[in-house]
Amino acid sequence: MAQKLSKIDRIIAKYQADKSALIQMLLEIQRENRWLPPKALERLSQRLGIPTNQIYHIATFYKAFSLIPQGRHAVSVCLGTACHVRGAPRLLDRVTDALCIGPGETSTDMKFTLSTVNCLGCCALGPVMVVDGEYHGNPSGKEIKRVIAMCD
Amino acid sequence: MAQFKSPADLARTRQRIISRRARKRFIAINASGTCGLAYGSDQVFQAFVAEIERQGLTEQVGVRATGCLGFCENSPIAIIFPEEISYFRVKPSDVPEIVSKTLAGKKLVNRLLYKDGNGKKIVREGEIPFYKHQSRIVFGNNRLIDPKSIDDYIALGGYSALSKALFEMSPEEVVETVKRANLRGRGGGGFPTGKKWETTRNAPGEIKFVIVNADEGDPGAYMDRSLLEGNPHSVLEGLIIGAYAIGSHEGYVYVRQEYPLAVENLFIALNQAREYGLLGKNIIGSGFNFDVAIHRGAGAFVSGESSALMTAIEGRVGEPRPKYIRTAVSGIRERPSNLNNVETWATVPLIISKGADWFTSIGTAESKGTKIFSLVGKVNNTGLVEVPMGMTLREIIYDIGGGIRQGKKFKAVQTGGPSGGCLPESLIDIPVDFDELTKVGSMMGSGGMIVMDEDDCMVDVARYFLTFLAEESCGKCIPCREGIRQMLHILIRICDGQGQTGDIELLEELSEVIQDASLCALGTTAPNPVLSTIRNFRDEYEEHVKERRCPSGVCKALISYYIQPERCQACLLCLRECPVGAITGGKNLVHVIDQDKCTKCGTCLEVCPPRFAAVLILSGEPVPAAPPQGTKVERTKGTQQ
Ligand SMILES: Cc1cc2nc3c(=O)[nH]c(=O)nc-3n(C[C@H](O)[C@H](O)[C@H](O)COP(=O)(O)O)c2cc1C
Ligand code: FES
Repeated sequence: MAQKLSKIDRIIAKYQADKSALIQMLLEIQRENRWLPPKALERLSQRLGIPTNQIYHIATFYKAFSLIPQGRHAVSVCLGTACHVRGAPRLLDRVTDALCIGPGETSTDMKFTLSTVNCLGCCALGPVMVVDGEYHGNPSGKEIKRVIAMCD
Repeated sequence: MAQFKSPADLARTRQRIISRRARKRFIAINASGTCGLAYGSDQVFQAFVAEIERQGLTEQVGVRATGCLGFCENSPIAIIFPEEISYFRVKPSDVPEIVSKTLAGKKLVNRLLYKDGNGKKIVREGEIPFYKHQSRIVFGNNRLIDPKSIDDYIALGGYSALSKALFEMSPEEVVETVKRANLRGRGGGGFPTGKKWETTRNAPGEIKFVIVNADEGDPGAYMDRSLLEGNPHSVLEGLIIGAYAIGSHEGYVYVRQEYPLAVENLFIALNQAREYGLLGKNIIGSGFNFDVAIHRGAGAFVSGESSALMTAIEGRVGEPRPKYIRTAVSGIRERPSNLNNVETWATVPLIISKGADWFTSIGTAESKGTKIFSLVGKVNNTGLVEVPMGMTLREIIYDIGGGIRQGKKFKAVQTGGPSGGCLPESLIDIPVDFDELTKVGSMMGSGGMIVMDEDDCMVDVARYFLTFLAEESCGKCIPCREGIRQMLHILIRICDGQGQTGDIELLEELSEVIQDASLCALGTTAPNPVLSTIRNFRDEYEEHVKERRCPSGVCKALISYYIQPERCQACLLCLRECPVGAITGGKNLVHVIDQDKCTKCGTCLEVCPPRFAAVLILSGEPVPAAPPQGTKVERTKGTQQ
């Protein structure tokens, strides 16, 4: 833990412990850990002199933050308008079936987290599924299974 | 890199860059834009770099990774300049041939050219219908610029507008020019930009802020991202000019963290501009100081609203506040703050360079210039398009967009994002500008344009937007938080076949209250998607409520999938693919869906070969009794299994 804390201190130092950079610091912590560990938030609160409830207010307000650990593989399905009219709800159902977890959930073996996003800016591919940064346009049931099977 | 100390330095550098490149041809690949990358344009770019070197052409041909080229549908795209030969859907394996035939020689690779509806091949980018009808004054430079290279931007005359503003114009003259150009905000409201600048300029206080709104929360629009990714310096130049006009020395770019490539390219752009003395102290030797910080948003639609965005920049939760005092007077840390959208800022240098008269010569009486739209959904040519204000929806959808996919029938076009509305066929001849769209109950918004066909259910679309808005309402004011939720409940009820008489009227009534009583524009515009669909497609609502029927076959609770026995050729495809094993039958035996097991996932319809087209969606009518088990298929003529 001591090591982790020093990492957080480094992030705080990078922003000169400036309170107004709180969201930026949280984004970096989220990126490094793929979630916001409570210990890290307590440390932030101490160092910046911001009450923890305010930090949690922010952490729960924005979609980018997660208060629970995320799976090793990030699967997301675009629910933007363009993808919606091209059948995103059906795609989401299929991905949900294939992963056995619903949107916002993480599998118990910590392998996958399924999330939904609003427009990835590649509407021409729609409906879009993204697995670990790889885009898949309108994947068939078979393709979904293949892509998921390739994750280890 | 030496800093520019005078306009002459900038001009000299520009000349040097141009003469250094004079004889070089170059090839642009959209490998610095998210859409292109999603299609694998990076591999194509790498292949060009390697192949051009292998064939010893590095002296003659430059390779450029550009941002979005608009015609996303056909990515990866490669355009060869100066001829503008355009190749679409290029694969890495095509690259050696392109290099030896077109770059080393003068031959074309025919199969990669654009084919129009009649199968005619088109060589030049500008002659392709998708591009021909556009006026890409803001977005067009994307194709000539590697966003990671400030030299590319300067070569095109970049930063000369800034130089002109700083040395030939007073701040008041800059404000006056933007006012005269009648530039209106591209972020949604269409508020006159010059007027907003003037208010901030005249507001008391020494410290003032200018901000770029790159939050782009509309879930179906991506023009801001494509501009920031593809031409970050144009946005930055506009911002610096605005700062000078307003008298601000500190700026922010608020960009959503979901756009990592935009953040990266912008970050590089800021550093390059600082190295050239275009940002920082004493810009181009003019004595004017200004610098910019990037603030990444953490994903909340409402944070794109001006007062919420400014609160977020202060490090607090990005919720709106009542605007008794405008942010132009009291924004970030209670200082006068001027916020504009990415596209608005990117238009400013053009107005300064070419003049207000040039700008007002484009567009309609009250909406000047061009607007970038993301033309998406059920349209043949999906992508970003920039057109003069006043072009009709029909021209955009049919001439540029190439009409509706798969020969289906047009049903509606949704503009303005979650605050906008759905317009039916009877309205597609209206000219697109701020006021015309508002008049018919929609909005320009940030420029999302989602085309829908006969298979889209308008009640479902309204439900979709309200689901989005219910989730994104910050919850601070009750009319928005509770009102949207109640409307959503009713819409879900209608889609589930539980609609009650009076529901439609109740939706209208709730809308009125939410419009009147909400704190910010998220709430006041939230009923638009519902109101516009009720106004333009009331029958469809009534069919859902009274007949329990979804005419488009979308609302799951109201539909059944059915295999027509006389068309089924027992090909086993659906039987094998059905994820819940709801289909019985076998070789030579008619396939039948067990309605109790069916989850209505639609797989059977999707896999049924179009030449059989045996699967139907039924709504509002009972499913015909299944043929007795073991019924043999009737072979239709000409079809063989
Ligand atoms: C809920 C809500 C979300 C908004 N999101 C954005 C956005 O993502 N991008 C944007 O430029 N403007 C957005 N706006 C509009 C801004 O409040 C503001 O009017 C705009 O950025 C001003 O720039 P402009 O005058 O150049 O259009 C939003 C407004 C509301 C009410
Ligand atoms: S709506 Fe899904 S990528 Fe745009």
